[in-house]
Amino acid sequence: MSRSLTFRIFRFDPQLPGDTPKMVDYQLDETPGMTVFIALNRLRAEQDPSLQFDFVCRAGICGSCAMVINGFPTLACRTLTAKYRDAVITLMPLPGFELIGDLSVNTGKFMRELAERLKLWLHPQPQQADIHHLEAPMDPDEAAKLYELERCVECGVCVSACATAQMRDTFVGAVGMMKIARFELDSRDARTVDDFYHVIGSQDGVFGCMTLLGCQDNCPKDLPHMQQIAYLRRKMAGTLIASSKM
Amino acid sequence: MKLIYTDALVVGAGLAGLRVAIEAKQRGLDTLVLSLIPPKRSHSAAAQGGMQASLANTVKGEGDNEDIHFQDTVKGSDWGCDQTVARMFAHCAPKAVRQMANWGVPWTRVTAGPRQVVVNAERVTLEEAQAAHGLINARDFGGTKKWRTCYTADGTGHSLLYAVDNKAISLDVPVHERIEALKIIHDGKRCHGVIARCLITGELRAYIGKCTTIATGGYGRIYEVSTNAVICEGIGQALALETGVATLGNMEAVQFHPTAIVPVGILTTEGCRGDGGILRDKNGHRFMPDYEPEKKELASRDVVSRRMTEHMRKGFGVDSPYGPHLWLDITLLGRKHVETNLREVREICENFLGIDPADEWIPVRPTQHYSMGGIRTKASGESPQLKGLFSVGEAACWDMHGFNRLGGNSLAETVVGGMIIGSYVADFCEQEDLQVDTHLVEQFATELQQEIDTLLATDDGEDAFDLKLHMQRTMMDYVGIFRNGPELQKAVDELKALLARSRHIRLKCKKRHANPELAEALRVRRMLKVALTVACGALARTESRGAHAREDFPQRNDKDWLCRTLSRWPDANALEPSLSYEALDVMQMELPPGYRGYGADNAIAHPDTAKRQQQIADIQAALGLDATPQQRQQALMPFDLPEHLQPQNQRLTDLLASGEKS
Repeated sequence: MSRSLTFRIFRFDPQLPGDTPKMVDYQLDETPGMTVFIALNRLRAEQDPSLQFDFVCRAGICGSCAMVINGFPTLACRTLTAKYRDAVITLMPLPGFELIGDLSVNTGKFMRELAERLKLWLHPQPQQADIHHLEAPMDPDEAAKLYELERCVECGVCVSACATAQMRDTFVGAVGMMKIARFELDSRDARTVDDFYHVIGSQDGVFGCMTLLGCQDNCPKDLPHMQQIAYLRRKMAGTLIASSKM
Repeated sequence: MKLIYTDALVVGAGLAGLRVAIEAKQRGLDTLVLSLIPPKRSHSAAAQGGMQASLANTVKGEGDNEDIHFQDTVKGSDWGCDQTVARMFAHCAPKAVRQMANWGVPWTRVTAGPRQVVVNAERVTLEEAQAAHGLINARDFGGTKKWRTCYTADGTGHSLLYAVDNKAISLDVPVHERIEALKIIHDGKRCHGVIARCLITGELRAYIGKCTTIATGGYGRIYEVSTNAVICEGIGQALALETGVATLGNMEAVQFHPTAIVPVGILTTEGCRGDGGILRDKNGHRFMPDYEPEKKELASRDVVSRRMTEHMRKGFGVDSPYGPHLWLDITLLGRKHVETNLREVREICENFLGIDPADEWIPVRPTQHYSMGGIRTKASGESPQLKGLFSVGEAACWDMHGFNRLGGNSLAETVVGGMIIGSYVADFCEQEDLQVDTHLVEQFATELQQEIDTLLATDDGEDAFDLKLHMQRTMMDYVGIFRNGPELQKAVDELKALLARSRHIRLKCKKRHANPELAEALRVRRMLKVALTVACGALARTESRGAHAREDFPQRNDKDWLCRTLSRWPDANALEPSLSYEALDVMQMELPPGYRGYGADNAIAHPDTAKRQQQIADIQAALGLDATPQQRQQALMPFDLPEHLQPQNQRLTDLLASGEKS
């Protein structure tokens, strides 16, 4: 027999004068294989067409739909309702991002600003091969390792689960450091440890992390955040020591 | 109303749109991209398996080149493609792959020495050459003679999109996010930009450009179950259609991917079969060799999808509450392979099915996947009817896919097409002036404003969500893998009724700003027009070609149907598009129509085919044995490209021959 689920959803429209944040309950019968994506779309189509939320791929690939489900930030599209024994499912928007309305937050704006600030793109070596000739070889293991670090989908879960980021909004968060680690590893990138030190060698970067593991515990892609932050921290500390000896 | 000016306006921030924007920006042009969502969330990210390019680095790719890639693409298209475009594409694909490596894509690389792979359900050891160590690797895909699909594990689209978006950010290409283009501003001859709506504030803005490129992806979401992201609703095609002037090409050509998981329709990559995975029926029997003894699971997508459907119709499907399905078995690849090269597939299986595909079979069935049709363009990417309107990627019918696209050729099209068309877009912007007619802009803005005002003011009428579901089910039921006259007629009638009803939508939510119901209402009536181009085109095309399979007309009929369907919507109040046809000229083809290699050869020949074959033989004979490949190409079917893309592609064999690499 199917359960009747209660979805307790955060509602707030910051653009509506006088609106105040509130939790609203909706009832829905659970169907086999129901995900939060299916449930929210049904609620919007059948009960409340003003409900705001974001989905794009609905397959756990694009990172649009991160929200806080029963207290934990995660991707809503691939969260099966059957996972929760309790028939009440609470949905809140990701904290730490600009709220667009209800469950929709502006992670895109955050990520673009972060990319511009940290220059999160490949800075190629000057002698890069031209496109008509054979490509430069790359160590197969290096390529595999790069892909491993590149699987981040910019969902924002790590930032929302990070106590430092909640206290200091200039903190780059695990997502920024993971990307730095990815370019630091890339032999095609011309930047040195010194260059990276300028963007993350501070309280806003590796030295601000309190190692509470919120990023690693909640990352939907199981990225090795702590390992990378620790690695970068050692590298950055090394830079400090080297420069103090000069 | 705010007017925003730029040189190169791009609508859509997936791979194709961003690639065009980058090209324009690098040429020093003012460039602006509009997107429904942050660019890195685009549907391009979902492409798993890879991108075709004839690099020929691996032992199974030995001897590959542009010619073979071209031939595979034309055969795959069931001779429905534009061969000139297929040539342009095949020539530039290796350049694009190498460029992507320079922009940061960590392509999976070749490891020299022996490696174990699964071919035809058996373990085989391949020996990769020492000289190829560290070069870009390739895997096998359906419908290709060589292993040609370059990849990063099974997250190729993700890697490419991130590299290209990062490149765009590094060049300071502005992207206006959460903006939806809803009208093209035009004077019947020339396109001047779009009227768009901000999905957060509800504000209407006019974006004026010297040229406008539509790169909004496919129209898969006119179907209820699709592998496409929920934003792939065909609004870009609808924008062009609503100009009444621009045409859409081959809208009935809709591809079904063989292996989407049941019931949600999420894709498992063709790489599963490319890497050696097999299909099984309810008895565990591997049935594809019974139907396609030569190509088996790696026949073209349209063929595999039809064979699967046929097999299920014979009662060999596995029963489930969601209807019958078949099994995809990748357990024979071994856990290590699944956990490294197919990890996205594994994640999807774990999250949505609760199974581990290294141990268990995956329930799959064919599902709507790709739109071969789109905004008809010339080889330059420009609409033949509306000057200054360009289109690229899945949104376009540039037409390298014809009636069936090969796996790995769409991801390739985004960056290769973006590279080529981006160059033509930049040329156009350099040659043309910005034309601003505020009266014209006002006229289109007012139309859209009135549409929104009416929607918000109506107190009695139809439900937008309900109309959409109805449309999607109609498309599923009657415009699917196998089609026939009576069902298609039913679809056309239903869709026309829905379109009529969509003119009287009532909204329950009356907000002008962030209002999901308003956004849905604006979309659904546009989507219905797109759906009608598909259904009407399919009903009219009384033959079977590629993904368009008519049970009542099973033959490919080159005599009467070697042509492209063009749809236009000249009368805004009409309930169906007007169709016309553009012939494909056999006498201009490098590869005249022939047998595609599947099932019985039952095509009805075109009268020019034999004539052209003779002509080609004569040309070849006249050229003699000493002619270079370039001279042959020039004599058979010349094609144009921007100058900087014309150089030949170097391959490992060239280097080895010249002794540069040992």
